[in-house]
Amino acid sequence: MTIVWESLAKIGFMFALIMGMVVVLIWMERKGAAYIQDRTGPNRAAILGIRLAGLVHPVADVFKLLFKEDITPDGRHRALYNLAPWLVMTIALSTYAVVPFGDFLTVAGRQVPLVVADLDVGLLFILAIASLGTYGVVMAGWAANNKFTFLGGVRATAQMISYEINMGLALMGLILVFASLRITDITAGQADLLWGWLPKWGVVVQPLGFILFLVSVFAETNRNPFDLPEGESEIVAGYHLEYSSMKFALFFMAEYAHMVIGAALIATLYFGGYQIPWLPRPALEAHAGTLLTVKLVAVALVSLLIALLFMRRVQREKGKFGDARDREPVLGMGLWLVVAVAAAGALLLKPWAIGPAGASVFASLAQVGAFLVKLVFFAWLFIWVRWTLPRFRYDQLMRLGWKVMLPLGLANLVVTALVVALV
Amino acid sequence: MSFEGLPQGSGAKEKSFKESLYLWEVLRGLGVTLRHLVRNIFHTGEMPTMQYPEEKRVYSDRFRGRHRLTKREDGSPRCVACQMCSTVCPADCITIVAAEHPDVEIEKYPDSFEIDLLRCVYCGLCEEACPCDAIRMDTGIYEIAADSREKFVVDKDFLLNNTTDGTR
Repeated sequence: MTIVWESLAKIGFMFALIMGMVVVLIWMERKGAAYIQDRTGPNRAAILGIRLAGLVHPVADVFKLLFKEDITPDGRHRALYNLAPWLVMTIALSTYAVVPFGDFLTVAGRQVPLVVADLDVGLLFILAIASLGTYGVVMAGWAANNKFTFLGGVRATAQMISYEINMGLALMGLILVFASLRITDITAGQADLLWGWLPKWGVVVQPLGFILFLVSVFAETNRNPFDLPEGESEIVAGYHLEYSSMKFALFFMAEYAHMVIGAALIATLYFGGYQIPWLPRPALEAHAGTLLTVKLVAVALVSLLIALLFMRRVQREKGKFGDARDREPVLGMGLWLVVAVAAAGALLLKPWAIGPAGASVFASLAQVGAFLVKLVFFAWLFIWVRWTLPRFRYDQLMRLGWKVMLPLGLANLVVTALVVALV
Repeated sequence: MSFEGLPQGSGAKEKSFKESLYLWEVLRGLGVTLRHLVRNIFHTGEMPTMQYPEEKRVYSDRFRGRHRLTKREDGSPRCVACQMCSTVCPADCITIVAAEHPDVEIEKYPDSFEIDLLRCVYCGLCEEACPCDAIRMDTGIYEIAADSREKFVVDKDFLLNNTTDGTR
């Protein structure tokens, strides 16, 4: 029974993580896009006058979409039309099963591996499931009985076929280097150091493979500059044109869930996953006391600094709006001061004298934290690239996929195979 | 790629090897956007965004806003229903029904004077055509909103009391 509860807890954690990330990513997308384009971005939706720098907007969006009328086109294929958004969302979520978000956590003397399903063919599972996601897109495009959605679906298919090959080829190099299809093995292999100082991350041993994989992941997630299935300037909104209300929201959320899985894959396969560079697990456990103390002091200082920044705003923007919004900087300052005081107060508990059990838990949590930091960074990379690069034309997309990336991928594979065979 | 008949050098310039790899250029592009992002995070107040309902752009005095009808000293409309404005109007949005004025010097007055604000193109020709300075567009009102098309057809009473400060 324990294993069932463990698995349920891990699934729950992953689901909460993804859904939380979706909300945060929508906020990052809108606010980041605005700041990149010299705009202020969403700053209106508020709960009791507190706007949280626009974080309330995703919540407002959800309520709006839940209560919107679900308009459906007449000539649709009813079953497929209703199935498509759920398929896209389910598939986007199920890929996470094989991604480890930490090494293991010792609970009541048992070592619980922090991955939902440690498949020995994890990479194959990811490739298989990731390409299934396109079925939902094609289904949506065809079932809606609309030329534009159909074109979006067709584009998604051709794009998926072209880039799935490159993704597979890029991963082949990685499989050769780490000699395993199991993702936990690949992550564990990245804890080593090359020549004693360079972390043996996937990006270090497979730089070209990493670039190919990165580009393929962007294409797989249908994100700019590969968002041709949506292509709003050419085919209105592409495959989800005829969807409204919560069904549209599902497509929207699935796109962000795909981004999170893309980021998780990049972090896990090429950037060491949960591994902290130069601090492998034994070192983490051995120096847990010192590290925890340093971390608490750092948290206290940083939150104090943020509180001071808020204090500057309190003084500068006194009575700027003349309503509840004026309380925001005060509350922000209070919140960060509480965090600073809590971190400083935790120092009284003598964290430098932490026991071996505590050290183990600390090491696990630190590794989960490292994974989350990498995850957020690469999710941000998706957004950053979207607001930097324009969309490809379709022939450019195909040329890049077949005439540039495919030969490069093959060459990378051959060279990697030779090196692995000879060394 | 080359097309016959196109003048030479009309397309993109020849790419150097470094540019044809794109990766370096993509990184440079990311640098540009990051610079904007960081600058805007630390200097939020310097962004040119105007927080519209609270802040409003100040327009020139010559800005053509919603129309108004001017009044004589006794409060009656200056308009003599000569139909000049409705004739010159390129959008054909002014409808005037004339009636006989008791004062023979004035001859006519508008029994009804309607402007369809949805048809109006705010060109200002009505102002220029008016011989009596009866119609003006100097209210500065540009926030014209309603929830039905009918409400955009404004009548004489509305236009007479359509003052510069936006009150009706």
